[in-house]
Amino acid sequence: MKTVKIFGSGCKRCLATEAMVKDAASRLGIEATVEKVTDPREIAMAGVMSTPGISVDGALVHAGGLPDTAKLEGWLSA
Amino acid sequence: MSTETHPLNPQSPNWLWYAGVALSGAVWLLLYRQLIPFSEWATALFPVERHSHTGEAIAFFLYDVPKVLLLLTLIVFVTGVLRSWFSPEKTRAILSGKREILGYPLAAALGVLTPFCSCSSVPLFIGFVSAGIPLGVTFSFLIAGPMVGPVGLGLLFGLVGWKITAIYLVFGFSIATLAGWVMGRMGLERYLQDWVRALNAGTISTLPEDRVTMVDRIKIGLDQVREILGKVWIWVVIGIAIGAFIHGYVPEAVMLRIMGGEAWWSVPAAVVVGVPMYTNAAGVIPIVEALLGKGAALGTTLAFMMSVIALSLPEMIILKQVLTLRLIAIFLAVVASGILATGYLFNALI
Repeated sequence: MKTVKIFGSGCKRCLATEAMVKDAASRLGIEATVEKVTDPREIAMAGVMSTPGISVDGALVHAGGLPDTAKLEGWLSA
Repeated sequence: MSTETHPLNPQSPNWLWYAGVALSGAVWLLLYRQLIPFSEWATALFPVERHSHTGEAIAFFLYDVPKVLLLLTLIVFVTGVLRSWFSPEKTRAILSGKREILGYPLAAALGVLTPFCSCSSVPLFIGFVSAGIPLGVTFSFLIAGPMVGPVGLGLLFGLVGWKITAIYLVFGFSIATLAGWVMGRMGLERYLQDWVRALNAGTISTLPEDRVTMVDRIKIGLDQVREILGKVWIWVVIGIAIGAFIHGYVPEAVMLRIMGGEAWWSVPAAVVVGVPMYTNAAGVIPIVEALLGKGAALGTTLAFMMSVIALSLPEMIILKQVLTLRLIAIFLAVVASGILATGYLFNALI
């Protein structure tokens, strides 16, 4: 069970990222809870300066722009 | 069973990308050279006299729309590729070690080069301040980003010419640097929202750095073109429609009375009108083109353009999450003073 957090204010790209993460998880058959973090304070605390950001099990793996699909699958299956 | 593999030449797909970029460049140039013949041909399709008010307005519109869209595509692509070497994280690392006095111009320069959209200005602001970057330096960065952005400069160059572009660049950059410095001197940290002040630098985590290839950078550029053109084209069309109306219908005498250099109130009026105007550099520069063409004073027009681009109400509302109203008011007042000074200076000089 993985916990994925998506950091972003709710912009279009943040929503797209969320969909990408869910897609990748179901494609890989990985059980993951996807949580959206929209509070600017929490986003900042996580060290994200450009949204959307992604963390997997507490570790920040991506910040700024849509993630690359191959890389995303790598983070999820690691 | 054959175990033989055909090793793919890793070069070949790259070459396709480079060839594609070169070809697109050639097509771009070809199209750009057809702008005047195209607009004249298309204007002639309308049943109006070419030199009537309506004919002039239509010709302006049909010339400017493809021109601005072509210029935008090129500028956004090149900027997207160049900016792929920069990131907010790297910028923060550069700025956090610098002496304060160097920090202001450096922050303004990095504000132009660092990719960030206004939707992440809050996390970016917090990221800077919590890393110990002085508040004033952070403001220099945030002002310069929109104020002297490559889209505005590139369009200004393409539509109005290099002299005014150079003036705009020098003064926009100076305002960003000086406004940050002034706010740094004022000791405004106490006007941040409480929770921002409580943050400390201990929480910064860093991302592992990716290896980015040249093809990746090209893809980033193309992605930017899709994203930004998809968002701004409507503002471009609206801006050009307003520009076309001014070009075709507004008599020079009226323009001189409203936006000429004589009336003392024209510069502050331009700022007051400019701030609530919700558009962007791409939408306002066709208006600027038409205003200057009709004899509006340079100082007044610069003030109008700067306040539209650099001071926007939606951005202020976003920043309300981290800044108190008082700090937002100070920010507005300092930047607006710089813009007013620039406006009066050029109206006096020219």
